[in-house]
Amino acid sequence: MALLQISEPGQSPNPHERRIAVGIDLGTTHSLVAAVRSGVAVCLPDGTGRVILPSAVRYLDEGRRQIGVEALAAQAIDPENTIVSVKRFMGRSLADIANRDKLPYRFEDTPGMLSLATRHGLKSPVEVSAEILATLRFRAEDSFADDVFGAVITVPAYFDDAQRQATKDAAQLAGLNVLRLINEPTAAAIAYGLDNASEGLYAVYDLGGGTFDISLLRLTRGVFEVVATGGDAALGGDDFDRVLADWALAQAGIAVNTAHDKRAVLVAARAAKEALSGVDSIALHAALDAGALNVIVSRAQLELLAEPLIGKTLTATRRVLRDAKVKTDEVQGVVMVGGSTRMLAVRASVGALFGREVLTNLNPDEVVALGAAIQANQLAGNAADGDILLLDVIPLSLGLETMGGLVERIIERNATIPVAKAQDFTTFKDGQTALALHVLQGERELVSECRSLARFELRGIPPMVAGAARIRVTFTVDADGLLSVSAREMISGVEAAIQIKPSYGLSDNAIAAMLKDGFASAEGDMQARKLREARVDAERMVLATQSALAADGDLLDADETVAIKTLLIALAAAAQGDDANAMDAAVEALAAGTESFAAERMNRGIQQALTGRSIDQL
Amino acid sequence: MRLDDDDFSLFGLPQRQAQNRAEIDARWKALQGRVHPDRFAADGAAAQRLAMQWAVRVNEAQQRLRDPLRRAAYLCELRGAPLKANENTRMPVSFLTEQMAWREAMDEAEGADAVHAIDDQVAAREAALLVEVEGLLDEKNDAAAAAEQVRALMFIARFRQDIDKRLEKFEGLGR
Repeated sequence: MALLQISEPGQSPNPHERRIAVGIDLGTTHSLVAAVRSGVAVCLPDGTGRVILPSAVRYLDEGRRQIGVEALAAQAIDPENTIVSVKRFMGRSLADIANRDKLPYRFEDTPGMLSLATRHGLKSPVEVSAEILATLRFRAEDSFADDVFGAVITVPAYFDDAQRQATKDAAQLAGLNVLRLINEPTAAAIAYGLDNASEGLYAVYDLGGGTFDISLLRLTRGVFEVVATGGDAALGGDDFDRVLADWALAQAGIAVNTAHDKRAVLVAARAAKEALSGVDSIALHAALDAGALNVIVSRAQLELLAEPLIGKTLTATRRVLRDAKVKTDEVQGVVMVGGSTRMLAVRASVGALFGREVLTNLNPDEVVALGAAIQANQLAGNAADGDILLLDVIPLSLGLETMGGLVERIIERNATIPVAKAQDFTTFKDGQTALALHVLQGERELVSECRSLARFELRGIPPMVAGAARIRVTFTVDADGLLSVSAREMISGVEAAIQIKPSYGLSDNAIAAMLKDGFASAEGDMQARKLREARVDAERMVLATQSALAADGDLLDADETVAIKTLLIALAAAAQGDDANAMDAAVEALAAGTESFAAERMNRGIQQALTGRSIDQL
Repeated sequence: MRLDDDDFSLFGLPQRQAQNRAEIDARWKALQGRVHPDRFAADGAAAQRLAMQWAVRVNEAQQRLRDPLRRAAYLCELRGAPLKANENTRMPVSFLTEQMAWREAMDEAEGADAVHAIDDQVAAREAALLVEVEGLLDEKNDAAAAAEQVRALMFIARFRQDIDKRLEKFEGLGR
């Protein structure tokens, strides 16, 4: 049959069909996009040769916007309409934002997530992030003159469920197919580990503009196993800027009130902080409406101010070592990632904790995007012999509210994902048909001290006497680190309907409205987009099934082979057409028709994995 | 191989308490290398779902196999002597006396060193009990007797968690 192409295992059936897969580091201060080209991961430059895109979005009049360098340059001139460090607001409510009075924005306390009032009206942090992601997507499409098949997007390891979901929503809004969300330190470990052929236990200390992560990874032959992770999702370079700015204002006896001044002093503090990595002292200067600020700041002064912040990162680091039951001398190397690790005091303190020189031999800005690109290339099926495997963990425990405002842990932090846990519940009243559950994330025992993720209600429980019903609730955390919940009444087998009210994040309706609102209006109508997505899915299924048949066709008898090939031809035909619904239906039909084949292939894979082991042992 | 096969069969290991942690981890990685959803990222939603189920199952088995206490509890269950830890909290008097002595020592401990000393004692008792459980399961094939000791080990594990919390306070790591 002509459809069936025989190819070398692990190779894309048609080299010309190489899919453009990118890695995106969506950072607090700046963002990058990288891709594997001729086997090497590289960061993609914009038209002027710059690889770094400042994470700044400015809303101009007449619906126009600036993204990146131009926006950043305008941050003090037009502070209320120029959003920087938006990552700190992802999946957050207004009450979550500490020191918000020091920021120049007009915040709105909107349900699910805060919003920012701009010239273009209210903007969700998800929309602002989507502008940055879309800019990077266009950059990648320009550099390959092709559509982007999919993207791996990095998030801080310590991001909670709401922050991860917000990131995924932003990608969807930017028209990106998310292959996977991966953790920033893990991405850095991929790039570092592959570059240096490292084996053993490594710590990745990642201090960015707004977030801090510390991950401990065990590297063995292409497997990147996260042993434990910790951090602070609201601690980064921005906080160092803020303490320096506060100190300088206090020295000069100046109080800032206007949006312009708030932004200008932060900009000046950041410039001074960066300069102090090279010189011993510098003038911190800003022309403020409240008067000219001119203060000399020494490196020693900055280090004094930074000490409590660095101390927080060291506490988190000790905690991770403790979680992993590892002593500092067992760690073979400490990889420094993120722009804020350029501060000499940070390097010295971390080095002192581990009793060894830290590793700074890679570009702390680029390494995360490069690691993400390597993973994206593999997930898209491009890597010829790419056999890297990431075994990551959830950073924070998941639990349920129980009597008395206490939290019962269901999934412990540092559990390897994907992970699922089931918990049985019962009714406490005769004839009870509904049950309310409250899902929380965090390490504390009290509900009030954990983060509320969602409240949901199970309905449709058949009426029984109290305590007779057995309702099994299953929590699943997928490979992106995202939680989903399902429930079933075990005695009657009734699948209980779940109504989830996420405590944070945007509803599907809100996202649909944003899409419609023409966020991505530049790229044509929804129908065209849906058709394109359906076609990509269809083509992907065809290729995947062809290579499955090539690899394991011997598992099928003649009839089964014919049945699958018939479905395959039907799908290939549908993919040629213009009917998205027909494509979706043909994809479903093929998926259903290959279900047992897929199960048998999985079985064979498992047998092979263990057979390999037994041979190793002989 | 099926999703509801027992953990030992899934990992191709003999069904016994004595195990080598490095071997469990190596098999875990080999299995995840085959079943992880990342291996099927380009294969459509149905393949992803199947991979997800298997990857979850393999992680679950690894968690249970590599912790000696959970492994022992699981073996007792497989051999028809489930712990029923919630219903059965009866403990030998000698064990309870020992527990009380430990708790008193904890209450009186005034520094990290004192707590560490208690922890060393408890850890030694835990190790000795685990050896006993291994003998009961692997040599005497007496799951019912093993289950008794596993229940005692669960008390110890909980106590060691309390010790950990105390130590965290001394080390300024409280969350």
